[in-house]
Amino acid sequence: MSKATAQPLSLKLASGAFLAFWCLIAAFPIAWIAVMSVKSPRDAFDASAWNVITGPATRAAGNGLSFLDILLGLIVLYFAIRWAFTKLPRLVEQFSPPGFIVLGWLVGAAVYGLLFVLIFFGALPVIFGALNSIAGPLGTPILGLTTEHYVAVWGENQFYRNFINSMIVTAGVVTVSLTVGTLAGYGLARSGSNLAFWLLIIALVFRALPHSVLVAGYLPWFINSAEILRPILGDLSPTLYGQPWAIIAVLVAINQPFTIWMLRSFFQNIPSELDEAARVDGCSHFQAFRRVIMPVMWPGVITTGLFSFLLGYNDFLVTALLLDAQNQTMVPAIAGYFNRETTTTDQVEAVAAAVSITAPLFLLVMVFQRQIVSGLTAGAVKG
Amino acid sequence: MKFKTFFWFVAPSVFMMLLFIAAPLISVFIQSFQITQPVMQQIEVETCTPGFLTQTCVTETKTVPVINEETGRTETTTAWVGFRSYQNVLQMDKFWSAIGSGNWGEILQIDFWKALRFTLMFTLVTLPLVIGVGLMIALAVNNAAKSLRGPVIFVSLLPFIITPVIGSLSIYWLFVGDGILTATLERWTGQDIAMFAQAWTIELLMYFYRVWHVAPFAFVIFYAGLQTVNMDTLESAIIDGASRFERLRYVIVPHLMPLIIFIALIHLMDCYRVFDEIIGFRSQAHVISLQWLTFDFLTPDDAGNRAISRAAASAMLTMVGIVILLILPLRRTWRDHKGGTH
Repeated sequence: MSKATAQPLSLKLASGAFLAFWCLIAAFPIAWIAVMSVKSPRDAFDASAWNVITGPATRAAGNGLSFLDILLGLIVLYFAIRWAFTKLPRLVEQFSPPGFIVLGWLVGAAVYGLLFVLIFFGALPVIFGALNSIAGPLGTPILGLTTEHYVAVWGENQFYRNFINSMIVTAGVVTVSLTVGTLAGYGLARSGSNLAFWLLIIALVFRALPHSVLVAGYLPWFINSAEILRPILGDLSPTLYGQPWAIIAVLVAINQPFTIWMLRSFFQNIPSELDEAARVDGCSHFQAFRRVIMPVMWPGVITTGLFSFLLGYNDFLVTALLLDAQNQTMVPAIAGYFNRETTTTDQVEAVAAAVSITAPLFLLVMVFQRQIVSGLTAGAVKG
Repeated sequence: MKFKTFFWFVAPSVFMMLLFIAAPLISVFIQSFQITQPVMQQIEVETCTPGFLTQTCVTETKTVPVINEETGRTETTTAWVGFRSYQNVLQMDKFWSAIGSGNWGEILQIDFWKALRFTLMFTLVTLPLVIGVGLMIALAVNNAAKSLRGPVIFVSLLPFIITPVIGSLSIYWLFVGDGILTATLERWTGQDIAMFAQAWTIELLMYFYRVWHVAPFAFVIFYAGLQTVNMDTLESAIIDGASRFERLRYVIVPHLMPLIIFIALIHLMDCYRVFDEIIGFRSQAHVISLQWLTFDFLTPDDAGNRAISRAAASAMLTMVGIVILLILPLRRTWRDHKGGTH
């Protein structure tokens, strides 16, 4: 950097301070609800920040971590995370059959998560309990921490049902919208016709539509679908209202305009000489797509898949209106807590549910930060 | 690419969009002129209570819905009602009487106008803030040491990626009742503060939430744009004696202008759909938005009825708004496209 562009100290300080301030604001609400969710209700809504963090009431109730617990816990955590980034990928590659690497990763991540929960919430408390009793002053609890709200949410309130529904809906949305979207995105990227342009413009208009407009259109049909479809399908005709797969179809369609725009811009980055060469060698368009384009399109597909995942996972409006209570996904289910949020215990349980919803997203950013950034900039920077 | 091949590539996607976006739009349009009601009939009911010697019997006429004997459901009729649903949503008579009497505030008592006011103001207030804050973060990150950038981007992405309902809830919990920030504010000011008791404080929190949620998006895009700023132009600006601010104003901002327009367009579309904040902040008693209005009509009331036709009317009115909002950018794209092909 030349001397002329060197910055005065004051500017550097101001920019650094602003950045620190922004990071604080960005992380604080999320970090704070995570802290609140592990305290007893009295601590969680205490007026003093110090009390919320240390949790005297939680400690008094017999749920606390000693200095020793924190130290050892952090060490185990560090090694667990390091292991996930160094050894786990190798294991996954070793044990997954060729061509099923994605499946291998899914299984690997699930097993890892299960082991993690077992070790952290099953084994460690027992070991630490024994250690604390012989450690003297280092073993006395200094930090209140309880997992009772999580147990209540996932156990008694059967939040796992909502979790499973969320997973079904998001998995469906991601798979279907990518399958349909890659084909359309490829077609649009390789065709310079007026029709392609108009399709893209109409998709842009559709992207702007408020979702409530569409839901207002679905609702009467979905509720009465059994009677409407009876002449065609006979007694098999389903009531679409409350069906997860109907929601998947709806969310895929709502997501389609965004998906095709994004995938189109990724496909435009793949030089068309590649598929032209394949065509010269005698491939049809579909063969060229399958044999030549598919192997190189994965970065774009993964990024688009991430955004489809976010749409399915974060949706409130569509799922709240079109799913009934038994099939509810996680985000609308949390609204159920509002209605019975009468005691502070209920409130902290709602906080714990909220943190449970956020945790997978947190992991997602950790693993896929690069893809998310590239996805955000893909449409914009090229104009 | 031949038309036939192109057709087969895009067919599944187009089919989904036609079935689940275009068809519902037409259906909503038709519904907004119709009203479906249960068929009511008046029947005479004789209720008898045992009494001494004779029963005491009372005959009264009741209005009850007709129940289909085969399916066991209430029968409904559908009638064309013209613009009546629109009238119910817009409440023009109250609107004009409010204007006539000069009490402009009364207009904002009507749900639709209240929602419209908030939606528009929300869009217009947050737009410059998002662009400004996003640009500032991008400049600051660009200024920071390389090793810091990764973690900062990670932290910045959190507000963007978080579920909107949960994000607004997390801010709600900081301020609700004796939430930690309300308690802190009370200690500083020495006053009793209730953030969720009046409309304007809720609105302020909603603006804050939206900027917090979208600024990372603007930041990432600006940050990518800053990497492509032409260094030669910057250097010549320095040689010409441009100050730091002038360089920002005349070199960097013009370079980022397409990105600013892009973000503004996306932000307009998304802000117009503001909805999750109303749920997260539980503000429906004070502040509502257009999407929430439709949502509310579609939610079953205590008797289990959904006001479908009114929902359709308010949805159509929302649509009109988005079309007005998009006309200018679309006209520009059309002109660019025509200019490109000729």
